[in-house]
Amino acid sequence: MLREGAPFWRALSQRGTAFAVVALVSLGAFSALLLAAGKNPFAAYGDTILYIFGNAYGFSELLVRMTPLIFTALAAALPARIGLINVGGEGQLYMGAWLATAGELALQNHAAIVLLPALTVLGFVGGGLWALLPAILRALRLVNETISTLLLNYIAPLIVSYFIFGPWRSPESSSYPESPAFVDAARLPTFLHSRVHAGLIYALVCLGLYWLTLNRTHYGLEMRAIGGNAEAARRLGIPVTRYMLAIMFVAGGIAGLAGMAEASAIQGRLVAELSPGYGYAGFLVAWLAGTDAAGILAASFLFAGLGSVGDMLQITQGLPYAAINILMAGILFVVLGRRPVRGATR
Amino acid sequence: MNSALFVGVATSSIASGTSLLYATIGEIVGERAGVVNLGLEGIMLIGAATGFAATALTGDAYLGLAAAAVAGTAVNLVFAYLVVGRNANQLATGLALMFFGLGLSALIGRPFIGTLIAGLPKLHLFGHTIMGNPILDYDVVVYLAVPTAVLVWWLLFRTRWGLNLRAVGESPVAAVAAGVHPGRIQYQALCLAGLLGGIAGAHLSLAVTLTWAEGMTAGRGFIAIALVIFAKWNPLWAIAGALLFGGAESLQLELQAAGADVSPFVMNMVPYLLTLAVLIAWGWRRQAAAPAALGRNFVGVE
Repeated sequence: MLREGAPFWRALSQRGTAFAVVALVSLGAFSALLLAAGKNPFAAYGDTILYIFGNAYGFSELLVRMTPLIFTALAAALPARIGLINVGGEGQLYMGAWLATAGELALQNHAAIVLLPALTVLGFVGGGLWALLPAILRALRLVNETISTLLLNYIAPLIVSYFIFGPWRSPESSSYPESPAFVDAARLPTFLHSRVHAGLIYALVCLGLYWLTLNRTHYGLEMRAIGGNAEAARRLGIPVTRYMLAIMFVAGGIAGLAGMAEASAIQGRLVAELSPGYGYAGFLVAWLAGTDAAGILAASFLFAGLGSVGDMLQITQGLPYAAINILMAGILFVVLGRRPVRGATR
Repeated sequence: MNSALFVGVATSSIASGTSLLYATIGEIVGERAGVVNLGLEGIMLIGAATGFAATALTGDAYLGLAAAAVAGTAVNLVFAYLVVGRNANQLATGLALMFFGLGLSALIGRPFIGTLIAGLPKLHLFGHTIMGNPILDYDVVVYLAVPTAVLVWWLLFRTRWGLNLRAVGESPVAAVAAGVHPGRIQYQALCLAGLLGGIAGAHLSLAVTLTWAEGMTAGRGFIAIALVIFAKWNPLWAIAGALLFGGAESLQLELQAAGADVSPFVMNMVPYLLTLAVLIAWGWRRQAAAPAALGRNFVGVE
C-alpha cells in the first residue's frame, strides 16, 4: 500500500508496475475473446505500438487523447475524496463546451488575450454549474448524486444538439450541423505542428493543484476527514455541506475545461459528437487510479493508449470502436476484484 | 389531444413500457437483496444484441428471447462474483459492467447492423379494434409483463425465499443469525435480475425497433434504476411507473410523428427530466423505503 503523500515519481512507478500486471491479464482475456470472434487482435496491438511509438505524430495523438481523460478523471476523483460519486463528467464536459461556445459567439471581436481567458472561465463555469445541480439535490437530501449525474449526462448533449441544429447552426454547414467555426483568437494554441494543445498544460496544472490541495493544505486534510466519516467531520465543525457544493462545482468545472478545450483546440467549433465517452472513461480512470494524482496520470496514459488500440481495431479489423470498452471494463473488473476498496461500505 | 393520438399513445406506451417494467422488476429483486446494480444498462444492451443476433441467425424470435435471458443471467453472474464473491464496490463494478455491456453488445451486434427481422410474433387476442387500431395485439413478452410483476411480488412478499432475501437486504447479520446464507441468496437474486434484464433488452430489439444499433437502450437502464425508487422497491408499483414512463416516451414519439412544432431534442429530454422530477418529488416526501443494507458489502459476522 502506498504511503500517504509519497513522492510523486515513486508513487508513479509503483502504480505503473501494478497497472502493467493487471493490464496484461485483462489483455490476455480480451485477446482470447477477439480470437474466438475470428479476429486477429495481435495485428492491432502491433499496429498501435508502431503508430504510437513509431513516430512523433502518433505519440502526439496519444497526448491529445490523454488530455480530456486527465480532466474527466479529476472530475470523478475529487468528489470521491469526500465520498461523492460523480459519474456526470460526460454531461459536464458538454456543458463546459456549450457555455464556452456561447462566450465565443458573444466576444469574438476581442483579442486572444481577452477571449482565451474568458473561454476558459466560461468552460469551467458551464461544467461547474451542471455539477452544482446534483450537488444541491444531494445536499438537500433529495436525490442521490450518482443517479442524478448519470441522468444529466443524457440531457447535456441534447442541449448542445438543440443549439447547433437551431440558433447556433452555421450557415456553411450543410448536412451535418455544427456551430460557426471559432475565430482564430478563440482557438487554444497548439504546439510543434501537432494537435497537442494548451489544454494539456491546463490538465497538468489541474493535476498538480489537485495533488497539492490534497497533500499540502488543510483543505485536503478536512476532505479526508469528510471522506472517512462525514458525520464525525460535521461534529468537528467542518462545513461538510459547503465542501460538498464547492467540490462538485470545481469537479464539474474541471470536466467543463475538457469540453472547452475539445471545442476550441480540436474541433474549432461546437459539434454534436464532441466526446466519444471521455466523461465515462475518465470515471474508470479515476477508479483504476484509486484517486491519487500519480495514478491518474498513469491510468490516463494507459486508457489513451487503449483508445488508440480501439481505433486500430476499427480500421484494420472491422470491429466497432466500442469493443475497446470490453478491455477497459475488464481491467477495472480485475482491479476491483483484486483489492478491497477503501470506503467500500458507504 | 385528439382521440386517434390518444389511442396511439395508449397502445405504444404499453409496448415501450414493457421493457422498462422487466428491467425495473429485475433491479428490485437485486436491491431487495442489498445489491444495487448500476450495470443494468449493460445487461439490457447485451440482451438486446444477443437476442437480435440469435433471432437473425435462427429466424426464431423465441429462441432469440431465450438466448437474451441466458446471456443476461450469465453476465450478471460475473457482476455477482465480483460484488458478492470478491466484495468489490457495487457502484464502481456496476458502472464497469455498463461499459462491458456497451463493448460486448457492439461486438455481438456488429455483423447484424442493417439486418431486419420479423421480431416477436404478435398475438391478436379477441380480435377487437378501436377506430381501426387493433387492441390487445401484442407479443407474449407484453402479455407476461404484469403477471411477472405479480409473480415476483408474490415471491418477495409471500414466500420463505422472499422473506430470507429481504432479510439479507435489510440486515445480513440478522439473516445469518436466522440460518440464511446471504451470499447464496444474493447470487440467486442477481441471476433472476440478469434474466429479467436480458429479456428487457431483447424486447427493445425484438419487438420495438426490430433493428440493432449500438447503445440502443439510450439510458433506459438508468431510468429503470430510478423507477425502482419511484416504485418503493415494490414490483406492483413498478407497473404504474413503467406505464408512466412508457407513456412519456410514446407521447413524445407520437407528437413528433404528428408534426408538432417542438424541437426533437427538447422532446428527447422529457424522459430524463421526468425521471429527475420524480426522484426530487419522492425525495421531498421522504418516502424512500430503501433496504437498509443496500449497497453495502457483507464481509461476515464479526
